[in-house]
Amino acid sequence: MNAWPQHLVVVPVVLPLVAAAVLLAIDEQRRALKRTVAFVCLVALLVAALALVQAAGEGAPLVYRVGGWPAPFGIVLVADRLSAVMVLLATVLGLAAFLFACARWDRAGPRFHSLLQILLMGVNGAFLTGDLFNLFVFFEVLLAASYGLALHGSGAARVQASLHYIVVNLTASLLFLIGAALIYGVTGTLNLADLGVRIPAVAAADRGLVEAGAAILAVAFLVKAGTWPLCFWLPRSYGAACAPAAALFAILTKVGIYAVLRVLLLFFGPAGGESAGFARDCLTIGGLLTLAFGAIGVFGAQELSRLAAFSLIASCGTVLAAVGAGQAAVSGAALYYLVASTLGVSALFLLIELIERGRAPGADMLAITAEAFGSAEREEREEIGVVIPATWAVLGLSFVACALLLAGLPPLPGFVAKLAMLDALLRPQPIASSSWMLLALLMFSGLATVVAAGRTGVRIFWAPEQPMSARVSVLEILPILMLLGVGVALAFEAGAAMRYLDAAAQVLHAPGGYIDGVLR
Amino acid sequence: MYELVVALAIGVLAACGTWLLLRPRSFQVVMGLSLLSYAVNLFIFCMGGLRSHAAPIVPAGPPPDPSLLADPLPQALVLTAIVISFAMTALLLVVLLVARGLAGTDHVDGREDE
Repeated sequence: MNAWPQHLVVVPVVLPLVAAAVLLAIDEQRRALKRTVAFVCLVALLVAALALVQAAGEGAPLVYRVGGWPAPFGIVLVADRLSAVMVLLATVLGLAAFLFACARWDRAGPRFHSLLQILLMGVNGAFLTGDLFNLFVFFEVLLAASYGLALHGSGAARVQASLHYIVVNLTASLLFLIGAALIYGVTGTLNLADLGVRIPAVAAADRGLVEAGAAILAVAFLVKAGTWPLCFWLPRSYGAACAPAAALFAILTKVGIYAVLRVLLLFFGPAGGESAGFARDCLTIGGLLTLAFGAIGVFGAQELSRLAAFSLIASCGTVLAAVGAGQAAVSGAALYYLVASTLGVSALFLLIELIERGRAPGADMLAITAEAFGSAEREEREEIGVVIPATWAVLGLSFVACALLLAGLPPLPGFVAKLAMLDALLRPQPIASSSWMLLALLMFSGLATVVAAGRTGVRIFWAPEQPMSARVSVLEILPILMLLGVGVALAFEAGAAMRYLDAAAQVLHAPGGYIDGVLR
Repeated sequence: MYELVVALAIGVLAACGTWLLLRPRSFQVVMGLSLLSYAVNLFIFCMGGLRSHAAPIVPAGPPPDPSLLADPLPQALVLTAIVISFAMTALLLVVLLVARGLAGTDHVDGREDE
């Protein structure tokens, strides 16, 4: 019975793998059976993720030694608080995407459910692994599944966007390999905890090689995280993907962020010797630029999908810049923000599909042009009495909730997160200039989101160009409400969640306990 | 001498791959990615140290001098990397063919430059 929490760590990887294999064996025609299997697996995964969060919250990281080999030689899976929370977040998004897809999208092409399970396996594995090369393998697993999901539903726009997505990510993977090989060449190990011990002790002559390796590695992660200037592929690919896939992709950028935080802070933490704090300035500056780029993108977004994609970029920038500040309290708040904003963006991606369905294509574009050039056409048109049916009201309220969450307005957790971040940023004296910039940009991005969401919301829900008719099934609105409900719960339980993530951030910034736990 | 030849080979492969990757035709991009992955695979392999007449197997008997053996780990890693990049290239080729069919052109943006 004592060994059970140990085996718990491997469940989020093995369970989706088995489920994907079983789903592949079931004929495409037996849709009900496929859905049942996938649903049962996802619920089991959710239970496992909750248990993992509970178990990891007790303090020491849970270490799973695959095959029983001792740590620096064998492969390890490690679940500390951050990994556990990320696994839970991925599972919640997976469940939401699954429910949404059951309404219609899983019929748009073959093997949707298997791909979803494999994606979850890759994501969970990337969060849990304690080995640099395994991180690469799990990245490839999740990317391979994401290529399939990005192409799901086919169509010229999707194929074209996926082509770019695949090429960009393949190139990033090659960079990952170069970085990992450089680091292995100097230190002779791939175990993350062992690297955390060996990198501070690297001879001065080899230090440049290790730092170059880590920088190349970080570039590969930052491509996935969608950091400026490596994020130009993101709005188009995510906008073209089908709604459930795009909602799931919200977690993929977080995998990149997680990898950057884990690897850089472990290798070059405060005990990092000569290289301590390496690249932290790059993280801060990159984060600030990404946040600015995302906010401007949100501001100028004419389509809802672009609005969602740019707010994803802005949230990535926020987290990177906040962690670059180098204080555990700021990082804790940033992690809370990461969870909240991921839920918000994911819900928004699902919502967009339902909203777009009730509207004519290109209505956004037309309305903005009409507004900008003062087109008289609007006045001539007959006023349309808007009778808000219940579905449309629910969609409208959900949209407002998403906007509030992403902009960081009360009462949703986005506000709590931004407040906590600002509070922690302004606590040390004297306040660094980068903190002031982050503060200003956080305010600006909030404003930009409010303005952009307000503009779009008014046009869609209050003054539509055409009468709207959306036929939305319960299965489609349920996952959106579920994601937003988790967000609301996060705001209600903000104290507990923040304490948990603060502790996670402490471990991230002072990885001694993590290293000891793995190498013990 | 040996090191120089290997380093040059990796450099030439990487340079050609990068150049092809930045070309506008999708087939050139695939070839570029293949060349780049060859370069990366060779690079990983070399990270274990270049040594001839050294097996990555410990012979029976008393523990031998580790400097006489090749590092087996990069060899295992490179095998994984080769398989993954091979599979991804195959996938990319399929996507490329579909994109070619849908857009009617093999330009990576789906339309010719003006």
